[in-house]
Amino acid sequence: MAETIIQVEEEKEPLFGKKERKLLIDPINDNNPITVQVLGICSALAVTTLVNKAIVMAVAVIFVTAFSNLAVSLLRKGIPKQIRMIVQLVVIAFLVTVVELALKAANYPIWKELSVYIGLIITNCIVMGRLEAYAMANKPWRSFMDGVGNGVGYGVILIIVAAVRELFGKGSLADFKIIGNTPEYLIDTTQNSFFAWYMPNNLMVIPAAALFVIGIIIWVQRSRNSKLVDVS
Amino acid sequence: MQSNNYVTFYTVVMTLIVSVVLAVIVSGLKPVHDDNEAVFKKREVFKAVKDYLGADLDKMSDKEVLALFEKSMKQVVIDANGKPVEGVKAENIDMAKEDKKPAADRQYPVFIYEGDKGTYYLVAVRGNGLWDKIWSTVALKDDLNTIAGTSFGHVGETPGLGAEITDNPSFPKQFQGKTIYDGNEFVSVSVVKGGIKIPAHQVDAITGATITSYGVTEMFERGLRVYLPYFESLKK
Repeated sequence: MAETIIQVEEEKEPLFGKKERKLLIDPINDNNPITVQVLGICSALAVTTLVNKAIVMAVAVIFVTAFSNLAVSLLRKGIPKQIRMIVQLVVIAFLVTVVELALKAANYPIWKELSVYIGLIITNCIVMGRLEAYAMANKPWRSFMDGVGNGVGYGVILIIVAAVRELFGKGSLADFKIIGNTPEYLIDTTQNSFFAWYMPNNLMVIPAAALFVIGIIIWVQRSRNSKLVDVS
Repeated sequence: MQSNNYVTFYTVVMTLIVSVVLAVIVSGLKPVHDDNEAVFKKREVFKAVKDYLGADLDKMSDKEVLALFEKSMKQVVIDANGKPVEGVKAENIDMAKEDKKPAADRQYPVFIYEGDKGTYYLVAVRGNGLWDKIWSTVALKDDLNTIAGTSFGHVGETPGLGAEITDNPSFPKQFQGKTIYDGNEFVSVSVVKGGIKIPAHQVDAITGATITSYGVTEMFERGLRVYLPYFESLKK
């Protein structure tokens, strides 16, 4: 511990200054973890069949990214350099286990449906990516903001993909029945109705559909924002 | 670089803190988890007879589910020869564990639902899908031949294909009214591709889910056969 930490001149840090806002907004659009950095694709394929599932997953990931960033940023000066990744992993695994236990107590059926994917947040590249890239070198409050921003950026895409897949695959949105062939649906496609030609597209329920939808989102985003085109 | 002592100390303290905190949370939430699991299992059983409950299962609160289960579900456990076993409750039988025992030692749950619309015999079957286990609760009318309803479950079938056995309500619905006996001979119910030829014993398969559909056929054939001696003893 004979290290000397060079003190950089302290700059004023307001709670919601320009930098903090940028940390929150950037990952939602220009630096989105899924569509720009293409991280966390695996879970984006698996948990986007239903909007409700996607929302729960998004909340879980936001919690984990935000608090693991905060914790690692607080610990960053004490973490031994040789085992820093192991320490990060312990922090992530701890938080994910807490989320999983809480969800199992709060909503058992959803926990049962998501089961392995909640556990797999541990291996979500976004979480560890942010710890290495940001939290290890920045102050707690900003790291927390960065975590929330990246979690939200992931969650927003997840919910958009889930909304498209659920609406066209199952005819509902967040379990609210919109279009289908029984009278419970808002738009009834039984024999005599005007929408009788409509059939839910089963392709949308299959995991491959998530890639198509994400691909289209990336396409739309890049065509609107020329800055992103040369990034990768 | 930090010294080895510091690294060791850091690791030990960190591991201790994390494990103690997690242990406290796990043991603190255990009762809630157990209650949730019990209600979930009972809902799964009720799903097979949900058309005969006189109420919407999805809208029933956990308390109502438990009360209804207590009031109108009789539980019987049978052994591999179809003889009732004393002192075991059907709700405590874990089919996943029974699966691992030798066939002669297995025990099977039977739930007898006595509702306003009649008596139903609910039995559990378990088999293999494409990727992992699938299972089903089959409700038979009191003739012990006609299927009144089914519910399915699976570990990891493909969404949109095999997972349609649970996600698409029209699949379990097809089983309603099918019979498992042809005269006195047990024929079970099979899932067939390319059109139903024997309407009394066949249901239509799911497109793109051949293996899961075969799995369901095999599961019904083998799973229901176990209960036949018990059914025979009831009929006498």
